[in-house]
Amino acid sequence: MKKEKTPMPEQQPQERIKNFNEVALGYNEEQAIEEAERCLQCKVPKCTEGCPVEIDIKSFIKLITRKDFSSALEKIREKNSLPAICGRVCPQEDQCEKKCILGIRNEPVAIGRLERFVADWNDKNKNDPGSSKKSDDSLENAFAELERIHDGNGNKNLNINVQKLQKKARIAVVGSGPAGLTCAGELAKMGYGITIFEALHESGGVLVYGIPEFRLPKSILKKEVEFVKNLGVEIITNALVGNTYTLEDLFGAGYKAIFIATGAGLPYFMGIPGENLNGVYSANEFLTRNNLMKAYLFPEYDTPIKKVKNFAVVGAGNVAMDSARTAKRLGAEKVYLIYRRTEKEMPARIEEIEHAKQEGIIFHILSNPVEIIGEDSFVEKVRCIRMELGEPDSSGRRSPVPVPGSEFEIEAQAIIMAIGQGPNPLLLKKIPGLGLTRKGNIIADEKTCRTNIKGIFAAGDIVSGAATVILAMGGGKKAAISINDYINSGIW
Amino acid sequence: MVKNDINVIIEKEDLAEKIVKLVIYNPQIALNAKAGQFVIIRVDPKGERIPLTIADSDKKAGSITLISMTIGKTTTLVEKMREGESITDVLGPLGKCSEIERFGHVVCIGGGLGIAPVFPILKEIKNAGNTVTTIIGARNEKLLILEEEMKACSDNFFICTDDGSKGFKGFVSMKLKELITASLNGTGNFPRPDRVIAIGPTLMMKSVCDVTRQYDIKTIVSLNSIMIDGTGMCGTCRVEVGTETKFACVDGPEFDGHLVNFNLLLARQNYFCEEEQLSMEEYKKENHTGACKLDL
Ligand SMILES: Cc1cc2nc3c(=O)[nH]c(=O)nc-3n(C[C@H](O)[C@H](O)[C@H](O)COP(=O)(O)OP(=O)(O)OC[C@H]3O[C@@H](n4cnc5c(N)ncnc54)[C@H](O)[C@@H]3O)c2cc1C
Ligand code: FES
Repeated sequence: MKKEKTPMPEQQPQERIKNFNEVALGYNEEQAIEEAERCLQCKVPKCTEGCPVEIDIKSFIKLITRKDFSSALEKIREKNSLPAICGRVCPQEDQCEKKCILGIRNEPVAIGRLERFVADWNDKNKNDPGSSKKSDDSLENAFAELERIHDGNGNKNLNINVQKLQKKARIAVVGSGPAGLTCAGELAKMGYGITIFEALHESGGVLVYGIPEFRLPKSILKKEVEFVKNLGVEIITNALVGNTYTLEDLFGAGYKAIFIATGAGLPYFMGIPGENLNGVYSANEFLTRNNLMKAYLFPEYDTPIKKVKNFAVVGAGNVAMDSARTAKRLGAEKVYLIYRRTEKEMPARIEEIEHAKQEGIIFHILSNPVEIIGEDSFVEKVRCIRMELGEPDSSGRRSPVPVPGSEFEIEAQAIIMAIGQGPNPLLLKKIPGLGLTRKGNIIADEKTCRTNIKGIFAAGDIVSGAATVILAMGGGKKAAISINDYINSGIW
Repeated sequence: MVKNDINVIIEKEDLAEKIVKLVIYNPQIALNAKAGQFVIIRVDPKGERIPLTIADSDKKAGSITLISMTIGKTTTLVEKMREGESITDVLGPLGKCSEIERFGHVVCIGGGLGIAPVFPILKEIKNAGNTVTTIIGARNEKLLILEEEMKACSDNFFICTDDGSKGFKGFVSMKLKELITASLNGTGNFPRPDRVIAIGPTLMMKSVCDVTRQYDIKTIVSLNSIMIDGTGMCGTCRVEVGTETKFACVDGPEFDGHLVNFNLLLARQNYFCEEEQLSMEEYKKENHTGACKLDL
């Protein structure tokens, strides 16, 4: 057996920094089977323990070795409704693959790549009559499910069917990120009438405005959103709950429960001098311009972005890596990444860090900006100070301390702040008495996702703080089950 | 009656050269809109998101009124839209609403396009039992809008034009200074203002604040910074107020004008100037070729 993972075919760095196409190209059938055969099929598999939604990993891998790719997808979908997305963006190295027994001596099985392969294969082949008999036609499945629940009369027009079927209560979901989409999908399958209210003009949350095309093609997200819509979920975009619709409007319109999944969308700044100069962006602004508004295609698209010579990105999480790699693709000569700790502490996924390095992003570790300097209100450079790791703090992490007199300057015409995001208080402030943490996140029960206010549930980043797609999904699913319990029992 | 589609333009009117008024069907926004709030619109699937103040709203008819001045590509597209067409995206109402109280004597100032957003505030201020003095200004007579409507709700009403084609010749800030001086000297029966509300071009609001600061008269301005989402998610719209950085879309758009860093606002408003010009040129080129083809 091979010690290493079957390599992922990728666009070469020199090539890919000139385009926004996906970097990782995905396994073909042979590569997938080769990789699947590395799995030891442990009696007591540890990998599943590492998966926040407990996918039966060993079984779906077994199905791959048997070339039964559509059953493999069904296996995954039992637990995860967004496999094409999770296969691409989950931090597997901290989850399933971390627990894989092979990983003790060699590289773990490439579970994420296999998950992605299965989802992509089915997507490509589902209309192909020559492929597996058990085709995974999402729409078909959705029907079957709905009919099973409601003894529908087989009317193939889902819209009509669903309206007739609205016997169960209507539930409002606020936010169309992974938490909102998952909760909506699960509840729709149980027969509820679901409306998602989304503030932006497109659905997907971070998946549409934050994560770039080269890591998660928007076409994949579109399909997942379509899947949820085909389950009968209504999505209203341009609907800012709290403003466009008040909560009273929603309860008044007959929604029996409200699920808040508004994410961690509030950008943080450092509070250093010069931060409001022209050319300083929050990562959210920079990524939203490029992803949601397609500024990289300006002037074909109307939203502009300045294609400057050098960019500097502050931070080292996924958001920072996405920003740096996007900046590179805008044609920047140099892109710097400034981080106050060392590479070991970087919160980004290892794959993102590797990709960033391959693409020529210049890392300034153990450095921290102290001032942004500009002329005529335009950014020219950022002054940083060197840091060293001091004594471990209460969390056990060694905290960085500045080295006196070690200031240095980096020349850049644009600075992107990617130092974290918090909960957007806009809606929360309008719900009197809603329990919030000190940081402003909603306090919700871990199991039931109930807040302290009757009928209001919450999960995803708005509860956990900025986390991951899979955790948000897991939260959405838990909330769906809990909402169903509440509606059935009527007891809060 | 035929039920209108959401975001359909029910009525369109040219108010002045390059200034159009659009009445749009959107009952949900109309239901919750208050004076001082705005919407963000996108008029094309490849378009940008721009903020426009809600100049009026009618809960019964389910409509909101927007007034747009043509300055770039997006506003050109707005100007070209016709009744019956619908706007791709309209999000709102956004921002905080105006503070409406019984202040005493309030001077409402609208400059250029700022006349439109002042109008709904003026009405509310008047209804709250204030004495209202209104000053509206524009480069010339042709650019003045809502004159009759504003006059009808005001106790005192003044017009200023830069070129003197109508009313006082000069800026609104000059007229304001004249009035305040008169009130302090006791000449004329013009009481000292308790509050000034000024909306218009950034430089105009800055000059008004320069005047009122001398007399310590609280002045509210409505900031028109660049925006994307309008929900507090991106920080594009950030402005400095006193020692703090604020997001104009959620913390504003109205702020205490004496605390606003206007120079920073001006700089940030102009950050994408070159790109905006390029966008406009590209648009003209495309449309020019279009016209030529038609001519053939
Ligand atoms: C750039 C970037 C890269 C990332 N990379 C990864 C990665 O590689 N792997 C990973 O696992 N995770 C990654 N994450 C984190 C992950 O995307 C989030 O944890 C996840 O999306 C959270 O999901 P959510 O549903 O809670 O919220 P979100 O995805 O944030 O969605 C919330 C939605 O609610 C909407 N909304 C907010 N307020 C309102 C309101 N009042 N009314 C109506 N709608 C509202 C917002 O517009 C948004 O669409 C990344 C995050 C970012 C920003
Ligand atoms: S416009 Fe994005 S935060 Fe104000």
